[in-house]
Amino acid sequence: MAEAARKRGDIAVSRSGDGTLVVRLAGAWTLDTGVPPITDVEQAFAGSPKPTKVAFDLADLGPWDSGLMSFVIRVGELAAERKVPLDEATLPEGLRRLLALAARVPGQKDARHAKRPDSWLARVGVATLDAWDDAQAMLAFVGEVTLAFGRLARGQARFRARDFWLLVQQAGADALPIVTLISFLVGTIFAFVGAVQLERFGATIYVADLVGIAVVREMGAVMTAIVMAGRTGAAYAAQLGTMKVTQEIDALTTMGFSALDFLVLPRLLALCMMMPLLCLYSDALGILGGSLIGIGMLHLPPITYFNQTFNAVAISDLTGGVVKASVYGVLVAISGCLRGLQSGSSSSAVGDAATSAVVTGIVAIIVACGIFAVAFYILGI
Amino acid sequence: MSAPVDDAKKPHITVEDLTIAYGERVIMRDLTFTVNHGDVFIIMGASGSGKSTLLRNMIGLNEPTKGDVKYDGESFTHADEAGRQKLLQRFGVMYQGGALFSSMTLAENVGLPLGEYTTLSDAEIREVATLKLALVGLKGFEDFFPAEISGGMWKRAGIARAMALDPDILFFDEPSAGLDPISSRQLDDLILELRESLGTTIVVVTHELPSIFAIATNSVFLDIESKTIIARGSPQAMLEDPKTNPKVRRFLTRGEDDEQHEGSGAHG
Repeated sequence: MAEAARKRGDIAVSRSGDGTLVVRLAGAWTLDTGVPPITDVEQAFAGSPKPTKVAFDLADLGPWDSGLMSFVIRVGELAAERKVPLDEATLPEGLRRLLALAARVPGQKDARHAKRPDSWLARVGVATLDAWDDAQAMLAFVGEVTLAFGRLARGQARFRARDFWLLVQQAGADALPIVTLISFLVGTIFAFVGAVQLERFGATIYVADLVGIAVVREMGAVMTAIVMAGRTGAAYAAQLGTMKVTQEIDALTTMGFSALDFLVLPRLLALCMMMPLLCLYSDALGILGGSLIGIGMLHLPPITYFNQTFNAVAISDLTGGVVKASVYGVLVAISGCLRGLQSGSSSSAVGDAATSAVVTGIVAIIVACGIFAVAFYILGI
Repeated sequence: MSAPVDDAKKPHITVEDLTIAYGERVIMRDLTFTVNHGDVFIIMGASGSGKSTLLRNMIGLNEPTKGDVKYDGESFTHADEAGRQKLLQRFGVMYQGGALFSSMTLAENVGLPLGEYTTLSDAEIREVATLKLALVGLKGFEDFFPAEISGGMWKRAGIARAMALDPDILFFDEPSAGLDPISSRQLDDLILELRESLGTTIVVVTHELPSIFAIATNSVFLDIESKTIIARGSPQAMLEDPKTNPKVRRFLTRGEDDEQHEGSGAHG
């Protein structure tokens, strides 16, 4: 290494006639060259008889920085443990002053966070309690949102129409490109996987059924919802979290506005309104993606492919998908807004809030998806 | 809005036996003080002494564990939702960073409460907002977004918004924080001007000594260790009174008054 030219500092410990432990330091004592271990000094302390005092010999000392300082502090601690006085007069003036500065305010014992390693059981307990608190907070939030909807229905909720239409645009038209991409690809992949299997039975025409039913019943809504959770849910959490950091939410409160009415309601309404439309769009794109494989790869006539699709998909499949999408939209908006309002007041907390909003949103979507599947099965839809 | 003369020396805000705690941890205890009409009242204390927390409790952002905050004798802490809404319109708050809504222009920021609580038309709201912005020296910036102006201007726009509804009380949270000495001085002058011309009662949370001496008519000093008020009155009088608590004296003199405190002013 090129650094080897700058030699690491040397240490030599000796005892003088009067029992003084002389620590002789030579060469560079800097952080970048590395600091020698303190073991020599420890051994010297351990030897008997106990040294009368500790002194430094720094005649050959080269450049030094905090590396030397931390070493000297450790020597000082060793000396203090054994009640051996440290002769500070042998240290350079600048170092003495730094040491005095570091020692000026005694360390506050209770200032350091207690970090005892918790047992496995305790950690499980804490995690369970946290999950319980979180579930309660979420239920309370859903309750408050419901009340806010009640105020909206009575015409008492207050938010700016302009904010609302902007949010509608952000949650609607602005999301089209990514929804296009994902839906089209998912349709294509479905058709491709299905085609490979169905071709063996000569039943390639059923690719149209497969794609049509899967996309319209489930995938259109779920894929759109997951895209929106990552896109809009995270944005909501980040927006509200930042507003908390900048005290904008406090300002709203002291101006007599309810943050729930003013910020959460328009976001929720926007997503709830746009999700069904995005879902329909996603359905169409998914079927189009499937037809690419059906027509291009399996050489089915376009008219046959689309006819087969329309025959396979019932209107109840379509409405079911749209209803699901609406519910997913509410879930995404609620997780985004909740995490944003729960955010702490630092930049990392806002990042955590956005992450948590996406995770909560996706979990909620999947759980709701399962509940819908069971409910639709029981209802025979 | 109240006239400055006839209401003078009548209690405007009364804080009674307020105790603030997060769970078991007490932040401040037994706070009792009165802010009179037309006062420039300073809440001072070292960083971390709970000044801002006290302010948050006075304006209803946090709920005190015990005690009451009254505006003109009407309880705010124990008021119901409707009563609280009414009291909220009596005061305006300027937050540390201005807390302007970033998606709205300055005029829209100032106009927001006007649109909510008055029956003014959009054009009238815009006119009032323009006037308020002119009062804080931001004439011509009506259509700027907060991201387009400087930190000092945020604070002034924050004041304009706090004044939108002509409140009788204005709260300022650390108005000088992050400002250069000149802007800070201009803000002090603005605060005094508002009090003189509108008769507004002003409550300021700060630890900036020049501001404190320039504007205060009354104050309380919050102490970290005893978690309560250890001095009250005008800061100038505190400084002159030999009986003032040494901690307060140290604060008001930037620690120069007190040499025997260990370590302070370690001369090299």
